[in-house]
Amino acid sequence: MSIFKLLADKSWERKGIIGGLRPTGAFDTAPERVALVFFLVVATVVFSLFTVGYFIRMELPDWAPIEDPAKLWFNTGLLVVSSVLFQWARNIADSGSRKNIKTAFIGGGVFAVLFIAGQLSAWGDLNAAGYYVASNPAASFFFLLTGVHAVHMLGGLWVWSKSSIRLLSGSEIKDVRLSIQLCTLYWHFLLIVWLVLFAVLSNT
Amino acid sequence: MAYVPLADQEQELHHPHSWVTKYVWSQDHKVIAVQYGGTAIAVGVVALVLSLLMRLQLGFPETFDLIDPSSYYQSVTMHGMIMVVYLLTALFLGGFGNYLIPLMCGARDMVFPFLNMLSYWVYLLSVLILMASFFVGEGPTGAGWTLYPPQTNMAGTPGHDSGIVLMLLSLAVFIVAFTMGGLNYVVTVLQNRCRGLTMMRLPLSVWGIFVATCLGLFAFPALLVSAIMMLFDTLLGTSFFMPAVIESGTPLDHNGGSPILFQHLFWFFGHPEVYIVALPAFGLVSDVLSTHARKNIFGYRMMVWAIIAIGGLSFIVWAHHMYVSGMHPYFGFFFATTTLIIAVPTALKVYNWVLTLWEGDIRLNAPMYFAIGFIFTFIHGGLTGLFLGNVVIDLPLSDTYFVVAHFHMVMGVSPVLVLFAALYHWYPKITGRMFHEGMAKVHFWCTFLGTYAIYLPMHYLGFLGVPRRYYALGSTDFIPQSAHDLNTTITIAALFVGASQLLFFINIFWSLRNGKKADPNPWGSASLEWQTPDTPPVHGNWGPELPTVYRWAYDYSVPGAHQDFIPQNTPESVEPTVDEQHFDPDHDVSKADL
Repeated sequence: MSIFKLLADKSWERKGIIGGLRPTGAFDTAPERVALVFFLVVATVVFSLFTVGYFIRMELPDWAPIEDPAKLWFNTGLLVVSSVLFQWARNIADSGSRKNIKTAFIGGGVFAVLFIAGQLSAWGDLNAAGYYVASNPAASFFFLLTGVHAVHMLGGLWVWSKSSIRLLSGSEIKDVRLSIQLCTLYWHFLLIVWLVLFAVLSNT
Repeated sequence: MAYVPLADQEQELHHPHSWVTKYVWSQDHKVIAVQYGGTAIAVGVVALVLSLLMRLQLGFPETFDLIDPSSYYQSVTMHGMIMVVYLLTALFLGGFGNYLIPLMCGARDMVFPFLNMLSYWVYLLSVLILMASFFVGEGPTGAGWTLYPPQTNMAGTPGHDSGIVLMLLSLAVFIVAFTMGGLNYVVTVLQNRCRGLTMMRLPLSVWGIFVATCLGLFAFPALLVSAIMMLFDTLLGTSFFMPAVIESGTPLDHNGGSPILFQHLFWFFGHPEVYIVALPAFGLVSDVLSTHARKNIFGYRMMVWAIIAIGGLSFIVWAHHMYVSGMHPYFGFFFATTTLIIAVPTALKVYNWVLTLWEGDIRLNAPMYFAIGFIFTFIHGGLTGLFLGNVVIDLPLSDTYFVVAHFHMVMGVSPVLVLFAALYHWYPKITGRMFHEGMAKVHFWCTFLGTYAIYLPMHYLGFLGVPRRYYALGSTDFIPQSAHDLNTTITIAALFVGASQLLFFINIFWSLRNGKKADPNPWGSASLEWQTPDTPPVHGNWGPELPTVYRWAYDYSVPGAHQDFIPQNTPESVEPTVDEQHFDPDHDVSKADL
């Protein structure tokens, strides 16, 4: 039912039971997925506002671009692999099989950990080049944006670690399927956010 | 895979086994609501006391020695921030949102009870961090609740060392708490309604809380972003917002930051925040008015649409708080226009409240007193908002007491009157006892007339040009002696209003033990929360079977009915049921099939 049709309902005129067990207007999905989608919108607003702040700050006269560490490309590759492995795990979970699911799901998280380690290493490179958090507004934004992205990733890894423990302790696939699906969605989201941030940081 | 909502499944509830899990680490939405409400009111009392200290200084500038200029600014700041965020937002959404959403939706609990519990404890942590700022270094920040840089970080501003850090940290923690709670409220309303409860059968309280929560989820990120960036500026020496600035002849390390960027981010949160507070108030007062007028709410659909329209528009009016910050005239024109447009759905709501009362069988009891009082104060505050929304009128009135009077009427007194209306209205359901009606009415008259005695003269002071934010006005030609006298009068009224709130506390605590035992539905209300098998509702709310809803929430004084209200879960035996497949909002089933 479209939202306009829903809002046009003259509820004072209609008596009786409307709808089935699922109330009209509810999404045909698990509440956890609805909550995650709302959270992703919230996170999108956060990253968008940081980015808007970045562009506005760029216009000010003291802005001086910095040379981004080359290893960001390598780190991006790690995150892409992480996302691909999560998608693989999701596909296996959807099919109801267990084959390779531990490799895929746990591997996805491990590559995400490697990505964060890579980001920390990139911070070290910037420090070595003389850029600290307060030494230049572009550097400030670099540390800020990559840091906020990494914090979101750490939150995802906390959920991933709980699901991994359940998977390793032999839980049924149907019991962890939703967690795997939601982790995959979250990882894809963080990959897209990173690609946008990387593009913004590299081209300005 | 098709999912049915938790409301229709055997939801796994964490039944408490001990006093601690029942009342402390509780996952029951009703207990969490009381925890939220109690904490919010407690911290609100702190803010009230701060305001009385300020009034004593303003009314009797050389008589009391309670606060100095620094602590005056700290009081201003803490009063504003506590009232807006930690009291009003937390009480409306954390308190009433938690209590009413599952009950009004016919659910056993929130969708994520553990997250809900976590939300309260993180909120409490944010309050404790904020309160800790009274006890560290120079005390809390005195930068004003808007926390504008560079002032926040300058040595002349009280609390620039640790107070501001604790304030920003507390806000960030609050936002985390709100996000956890907010996701719960939104998903519960969308997914966890009982059978037959369509969105357009929801009481307006749920609509108000639902849309306000969406606003909060999308607006608080702006505050989070500005808080994080300012923490970087304060602690790590970055220059996101801090420009090149000289302090006592010494240049600071900052360079090139944009204070205006902070203002935009802050008000992109700050203006929706007004409606985060107002929309739940709109919803709650609609239900109180309708119930006690024994009439359906006038224009239900319009009321829902207006809530949604106001919510949407609230994101494109923020810069009307920044007319004096300097902006392109077309920019000012745009924001003035949007500001005036938002008055249209708001006025529509006011008309509908008045038309709900029109020819109603009005029962003038205490909750109704407060609800009708709200209509007065809201019209008053709303009209002065139209003044300030225009750039040319705002400029001379900016930073005067006119502004103080405006926002206190519209988002101080008005929501607080609704809070009292709602607290008295739902008190019998929450506690199982009736409050003392006479004491509540005295409380109303003291509060209503008292707040008018405070804020009506402030408009006049504003027209005279008396500036706000001044510790002492001193002797100036443009401020006549009568204005000073008026200030004294305002202070006396403020002390009276402050003291009269004791009536509220005495009433609710006295009635807990001594109040008459409440009927399950003492007001004869049609909405679901009054139809629970137990009063107060027990854990799980509904006994073995969840309710089924057959009608909207406003069937009052229906011709031919044997009483003047029909609860939502009363079947309409003569009318056929409507199947979802045949759902057509334009098709009048009841008339066509009979």
